[in-house]
Amino acid sequence: MKNLQRTLRELLRYPSAVAGVIIILMLVGVAIYAMIAIPYHEAIRLWRGGEEIWYRNPKKAAPEWTNFFRRKKLPVSFTLNSADGSAAKTVTTDAQGNRTIQIVYAFEYAYDDFPQELVLYFKSSFLEKQPHVSIRWLTPDGREIRIKEFAVKASQTYRFGQDVALQRKFGDWSVQQGLFADPYQIKPVPLKGKYQLIVTAQTFEPDSDVDAEFVVHGRLAGLAGTDHRRRDLLIPLLWGTPVALAFGLLAALGTTLTTMVIAAVGVWYGSWVDEIIQRITEIFLVLPFLPILLMIGTFYSRSIWVILGATILLSIFGAGIKTYRAVFMQVKESPYIEAARAYGAGDARIIFLYLTPRIIPMLIPQLVTLIPSYVFLEASLAVLGLGDPVLPTWGKVINDAQANGALFQGQYYWVLEPAVLLMLTGLAFSMLGFSLDRIFNPRLRGL
Amino acid sequence: MGTENPIPPVADEENASRGKGVSTLSRVGRYALVRLITLFVTVVISIFLTILIANMGGYVDQIRRGEIREAVQQAVLTNPALRRMGPEEQRQWMEERIALEEKRAGLDQPFMVRTVRFLTNALTLNLGRAKYMSSDSGSRQVRLIILERLPATLVLFGTSTLILFFVELFIALSLSRRYGSFWDKVFVTLAPTSAAPAWFYAIFLILIFAAWLRILPYGGMVDAPVPDNPFEYVLSLLKHMIIPLLALAVSGIFLSVYNWRTFFLIYSSEDYVEMAKAKGLTSRDIERRYVLRPTLPTIITTFALTIIGVWTGAPIFETVINWPGLGRAFYQAIGLFDTAVIVGETVIFAYLLAITVFLLDFVYALVDPRVKIGQESGQA
Repeated sequence: MKNLQRTLRELLRYPSAVAGVIIILMLVGVAIYAMIAIPYHEAIRLWRGGEEIWYRNPKKAAPEWTNFFRRKKLPVSFTLNSADGSAAKTVTTDAQGNRTIQIVYAFEYAYDDFPQELVLYFKSSFLEKQPHVSIRWLTPDGREIRIKEFAVKASQTYRFGQDVALQRKFGDWSVQQGLFADPYQIKPVPLKGKYQLIVTAQTFEPDSDVDAEFVVHGRLAGLAGTDHRRRDLLIPLLWGTPVALAFGLLAALGTTLTTMVIAAVGVWYGSWVDEIIQRITEIFLVLPFLPILLMIGTFYSRSIWVILGATILLSIFGAGIKTYRAVFMQVKESPYIEAARAYGAGDARIIFLYLTPRIIPMLIPQLVTLIPSYVFLEASLAVLGLGDPVLPTWGKVINDAQANGALFQGQYYWVLEPAVLLMLTGLAFSMLGFSLDRIFNPRLRGL
Repeated sequence: MGTENPIPPVADEENASRGKGVSTLSRVGRYALVRLITLFVTVVISIFLTILIANMGGYVDQIRRGEIREAVQQAVLTNPALRRMGPEEQRQWMEERIALEEKRAGLDQPFMVRTVRFLTNALTLNLGRAKYMSSDSGSRQVRLIILERLPATLVLFGTSTLILFFVELFIALSLSRRYGSFWDKVFVTLAPTSAAPAWFYAIFLILIFAAWLRILPYGGMVDAPVPDNPFEYVLSLLKHMIIPLLALAVSGIFLSVYNWRTFFLIYSSEDYVEMAKAKGLTSRDIERRYVLRPTLPTIITTFALTIIGVWTGAPIFETVINWPGLGRAFYQAIGLFDTAVIVGETVIFAYLLAITVFLLDFVYALVDPRVKIGQESGQA
């Protein structure tokens, strides 16, 4: 206990260690938050979900806060729904029980660019006669544009940008430009101010009703932006944290501890046991680590647990064994081991209680510095397309971004967000590891 | 490293064994033989394992069988002469054809027999033919595919490894001379950045120099219409090498310099170095005779292993920067289930590594008089 306290106190003298610990604690906090806020099954459902979950998001939209740094403000996505009250809905019933429903979507538009798409999602209830809908658009300068009239089905989607008839009305301009641009300018420039979209529905049955959700796909969305499948990147960024930490920690622990025990067993029993262990180490030296992992990922399973197991198996007989072996060789000759043998301690007791603890100071810094390399290993596999097919991870996001040409198209946020998180994780653990190394190995202390 | 350098303090055993020249020779010979045999067995086992993994324990054969069956069925459907045959006749023709094709692919023999034959072929460097991949010139020979990709990998990783290795050593030496200085602190502080691999920095560099500043290409090895003029070719190649080289340098240099510097510092605090300093030798002499000399085995080992590491290239790095080297070929081969190419690359890697490990033992004895071949010592 006192030892631990002393180590901690010494650790505080290294600013890089303090920074590392703070970042690690923050990452752990994010990981815990992610697991509580978005339960595992929910995260998977969202991550694997398609249009039906993410229809409110635009594709490949940068985070909303980037507007803060832009001179030309880009439109932020939003939705207005008559069902939840974010759009004003007025119903008037005539003598026959037919209703006229008017839904007004009023919103302020103060951006310097046009949205990606405008969509109306209709939900209507009727027995036989479909309600009739007409859509009108009121601009801040008082123009009224008639958009469309049609009989609405029980569930219907109307996409403004894909309406050819509407497009023809605006000539060379796209529908979005036609709706939002100042008509007296030669080039399309958005007109800022209060817009109104008015949907008027006429029903022909007593209990018939119409609701509609107006979705504006801007150029920006959410805290983290969206990807090519409209998914909110916040999900993989948040959930990537526990996955990365767990993978890194388990892999580092699994490899170092088993390697240590194997090295200790080899040194303690000596002769043929040691010989076999040495030969196996040489075989594993010849086996190319990454290619084998790639083969396992491609041929057998891309599950993160299989990859974790394979990683540990392939690294058990790694180069670490030789280093540990050299140390154990010295420790084995120490008088206290002889004393232990003299009082009749068993092999297991000597190996686990007397031999291995001696190497712990050497092991801990190594373990901490190993964590980032495994975090990056998982990301590397994901970047090659061998990431876990189910779990959302940082590497997967980079892979998606690469596959969809994010860098060519200037969607830097898509690559930078996961990359910065990876970098933070890597730096935090290795800064801590380096400092621990200096504390535990006094030979380096002065250097 | 001239041989005229005086040898640093030598253990006394050296003189003791000098009288028995003959026994030294036989000892070295026996040692070399045993070592060669164990290394060869190691190579055999690891290649065997690779073949098993690359074959998915026979699953790749199932895929091949399915493909042959499908191809024959297609042939029946498209051949009007065969379509006119009766169903029974047609089936018989198909079965015969499938059996023939499977025999041609060697699929009629038991799995283990084929694996062993594959193993012997691989070990004798009879690399055979790829099943799906082909070289740019259209050959299916694994040897040609590998030879075609080798220059690309060598150009990038060969040059970068060589340059980086010596630059690192040089910086580390000069830092170890004045540790605690500003630059020393810079390198120590930046050492943790090596936690990220080269492909990771490559993405950042592509973002900055290709996507944002638009002054360097996104990837690839030369411009799209390959320049005819050799001078322009080299220029284009160099331009494409800037980002990869920078990425490799950033991801590796700080940690390596830190490690080497610490290593040199530990050796420079030995008593005999203090003694040399006290004698008033120049720092250049001290470095060459008393610091570099005893650390030479480690330097050589690291150098040799780094050079061999070039062989496997870097599948991920080469994929990210779109470099047509061995690593990417390996990854493509895996994606295509092309066992022959996978095993071909692995077997060459295994041989290179085994030969190097074997030779290193002798190199140690050459550069470090304290090491004696064939004698169990704590150092090897």
